[in-house]
Amino acid sequence: MKGKVWDTFDEAISDIQDGATLIVGGFGLCGIPEKSIEALKNKGTKNLNIVSNNCGVDDWGLGLLLANKQIKKIVASYVGENKIFEQQFLNGEIEVELTPQGTLAERIRAGGAGIPAFYTPTGVGTPIAEGKETRFLDGKEYLLEKAIVGDFALVKAWKADKLGNLVFRKTSRNFNPIAATAGKITIAEVEEIVEVGELNPDEIHTPSIYVQRVVLGKNYEKRIERLTVVSKEG
Amino acid sequence: MNARQRIVQRAVKEIKDGMNVNLGIGMPTLLANEIPSNINVLLQSENGLLGIGPYPSETEVDADLINAGKETVTVVPGGSFFNSADSFAMIRGGHIDLAILGGMEVSESGDLANWMIPGKMVKGMGGAMDLVAGAKRVVVIMEHVSKHGESKIKKSCTLPLTGKGVVHRLITDLAVFDFTEEGMRLVELADGVTIEEVTKKTEASFIIESSVLLN
Repeated sequence: MKGKVWDTFDEAISDIQDGATLIVGGFGLCGIPEKSIEALKNKGTKNLNIVSNNCGVDDWGLGLLLANKQIKKIVASYVGENKIFEQQFLNGEIEVELTPQGTLAERIRAGGAGIPAFYTPTGVGTPIAEGKETRFLDGKEYLLEKAIVGDFALVKAWKADKLGNLVFRKTSRNFNPIAATAGKITIAEVEEIVEVGELNPDEIHTPSIYVQRVVLGKNYEKRIERLTVVSKEG
Repeated sequence: MNARQRIVQRAVKEIKDGMNVNLGIGMPTLLANEIPSNINVLLQSENGLLGIGPYPSETEVDADLINAGKETVTVVPGGSFFNSADSFAMIRGGHIDLAILGGMEVSESGDLANWMIPGKMVKGMGGAMDLVAGAKRVVVIMEHVSKHGESKIKKSCTLPLTGKGVVHRLITDLAVFDFTEEGMRLVELADGVTIEEVTKKTEASFIIESSVLLN
């Protein structure tokens, strides 16, 4: 059996074709699969359908793919930090489906869990309810939202073992574990790969069954969008 | 005190000991610094943190630890991390005791608009629609009138909604309103503010609570 650990990002993403649907982990720039995104930029894959909470900033994260005009459509909850995005949206070069953050998370979770759609109270009576089936259950109105499955999921974890079990760190977990469940092929990039048996089974966040490829990333940039600190008072 | 400070000072009284609270981005985030030290709460951040701590010192900064406003933060003892689906299960499932959000417009039936201005670039609703749909109690804080002097409390919202009939309480720099089955009720006036001033600056119809009339 070929192991799950791949040597390079270029190889690991080489079969992502034009027009593929990618579920990408991360919140803002926290916990984004920065190495896989860079490899995709270098490969130049076009017409991508991206499912991600945000779309990076002008010169980092998914913003790199935007700037390179590789994205056809994005499903996201908040895209406010990106000028290139704004230009492409206003020019009609990119299609956008805004989805409430919790609905987006649940659509991805449902996709990974074999649930094709679900009813949610979120968005009833708002513009996002337009054209969607609604139903009253126990006297309250709900919207039907559909699950999302990706051809690939790109996720970033802190550690993996060679089987693909993943552990995340702090709030860089965010969308990554659910994205991992919803990709037909999930590519996990990590800061450290350990031997099988070294991770405590009680502390594994994503079981190996969801992960098809693991790649070790080096020199993570981990950009910070809003550095906020308290100064030590003297 | 300016209008925003007055709003923050009043809004912080909504936060009670033992609550799990989500504070929205912008003015609501300022409340975190005003919570009295004898009140223990856990602040939830929808990107996957229950128990937000203060901003870090320069040596504590960790790119893997941010709040929903993408600011670097710390975690309090007893805090926990979780994924985005679990985070919104907490929110939608009614486990968050209180959500405090900013507003652009609120209607007399408790509708909230705070995510989109037609004709301007739409940035997205983030987690706001889930928060108003799922939190046990939704408090909106905003200035009573716009920069142009127009009432932001409407008979019905002119902007696209974030949620319909979702607001429990509205706190402005002039007054506090509750949303009940009988309609919107004026329940408090800010210091030095009269019923006449509130009436003049409010497009929505409201009932005046007897305790306000007596003062």
